[in-house]
Amino acid sequence: MSALAVSPSKRLLTKGNEAICLGAVAAGCRHYFGYPITPQNDIPEHMAAHLPALGGTFLQAESEVATINMMLGTSASGKRVMTSSSGPGISLMQEGLSYMAGSELPAVVVNISRSGPGLGGIAPSQGDYFQAVKGGGHGGYRLIVLAPHSVQEMYALTMLAFDLADKYRTPVLILGDAIVGQMKEPFVASPYDPASTVEKPWALTGCAGRERRNVKSLYLKDNAIEVHNWKLHEKYERIRENEVRAESYMLDGATIAIVAFGTAARVSKTAIQWARKEGIAAGMLRPITLFPFPKREVFELARTVDFLLVIEMNTGQMVEDVRQCTPLHDRIAFLGKPCAMPTPEEILERIRLLAGKKG
Amino acid sequence: MTGDIIMAGFGGQGILMIGNLLALTAMEEGKHVTYFPAYGVEMRGGTANCTVVVSDEEIGSPVVGRPKGLLIMNGPSMEKFLPMLASGGDLIINSSLVEERQVTRDDVRLLPVPADDIARNKIGSRQMASMVALGAYVARSGIVKLSTVFDCLPKVISKKYEKFIPLNVTALKEGAALAGFHA
Repeated sequence: MSALAVSPSKRLLTKGNEAICLGAVAAGCRHYFGYPITPQNDIPEHMAAHLPALGGTFLQAESEVATINMMLGTSASGKRVMTSSSGPGISLMQEGLSYMAGSELPAVVVNISRSGPGLGGIAPSQGDYFQAVKGGGHGGYRLIVLAPHSVQEMYALTMLAFDLADKYRTPVLILGDAIVGQMKEPFVASPYDPASTVEKPWALTGCAGRERRNVKSLYLKDNAIEVHNWKLHEKYERIRENEVRAESYMLDGATIAIVAFGTAARVSKTAIQWARKEGIAAGMLRPITLFPFPKREVFELARTVDFLLVIEMNTGQMVEDVRQCTPLHDRIAFLGKPCAMPTPEEILERIRLLAGKKG
Repeated sequence: MTGDIIMAGFGGQGILMIGNLLALTAMEEGKHVTYFPAYGVEMRGGTANCTVVVSDEEIGSPVVGRPKGLLIMNGPSMEKFLPMLASGGDLIINSSLVEERQVTRDDVRLLPVPADDIARNKIGSRQMASMVALGAYVARSGIVKLSTVFDCLPKVISKKYEKFIPLNVTALKEGAALAGFHA
């Protein structure tokens, strides 16, 4: 979507982190729990300033462990709820996330990721990919994982995250990083479509005059936990079938296709524009959902290009998922940089190298 | 008009303020723009920098390796960022605090702006130094119209300080005049 298509006065120069808040509030989220950590502090700051006036709750918890359990309780009562943190805090939330996945409770968790492992640093990083898409907590579950690459998407994907969370009764993770969180660019606050909200016949709202409801992740009777696992599996299969989202960027006639998400994809767009000017047919497949991963799209793309160039701000995580999509492993190249952005110049250099190999 | 710039100086000099103002101005002119501030450990007296990219087309990277413009408000920033400036790029230095001999490259378009001296002696407020520098950069690069910058001032200056808007306009004009532009 071209931002120029609308009148300039409707565009707002907004920080990515703030756009997440605006999207959450537009989607009806009135409950936020969190604990401060760089580089996402704009989110609790914004929510603290605005939620009370909307009749909502902002609460700075004593820790991220408390945060995620406050989320669990709020979600069980049927309310839309969000938290945000960065790597170390998200790690502390993993137990609660597992409980919420097991209890089939919707919630939106934002990870504006920083460098790790451990306390790491505050530099932008995509080192939390594995944690985001492979479960993170125990017991074998999936989160729907959305990867915005612009301020506009920070807004739109936050609204989508609430809808998907409710639709599938599962926590949704938004995986951003310091760049897309801290940068400002114009965005349009498109209205939220309330038609996408669903009833919550499972919510614990007080059982006077109706059957009792039960929200739990503990199943001790006979083979109840096995049945529950198959039920969750079937849900994740439905998500895989229906919710894959990816952007095709300049892929027409492409011989070199970058596969990148978030900020790495954003930077790659500049390199692709430069490569095209040099006559190199470069393009990109940008996964917007990291789970479900665009497997079919990668499989088809690998058959038509000379090279898939996977670019990540880590030493190689998503590239493992790309390898699982295609048997054509000799066509997969990787450019990674932990805790920093690969520059457009570095990406262009690699594109040229690959073009030379074939040409 | 397409361009990109890194602005750098001490925290408290107004670097992030003028970067934000430039980005807002570009947006008001209907352009694509990104603004990326340094974040986290910056504070008054420390270093501060930001990157602004302006384009007629969708912007890829919000961070640039070889900026076409560089606005340097203090000495330490010169050492850090001068090597990055693209050949032929615009270099605006606050010559009140940065010595010209620190400019170790002769392949860039240097514009020394005694921003602190102008702010203090001609405008009467040292806080206007960054506005003087921004005026010089806008006039030199043509990246946005100076008049649009004036129009955007009320959007970045809170009601409490709106009486200082004319002072900011004067500062921008003083800087622009040094680049040979007279509003």
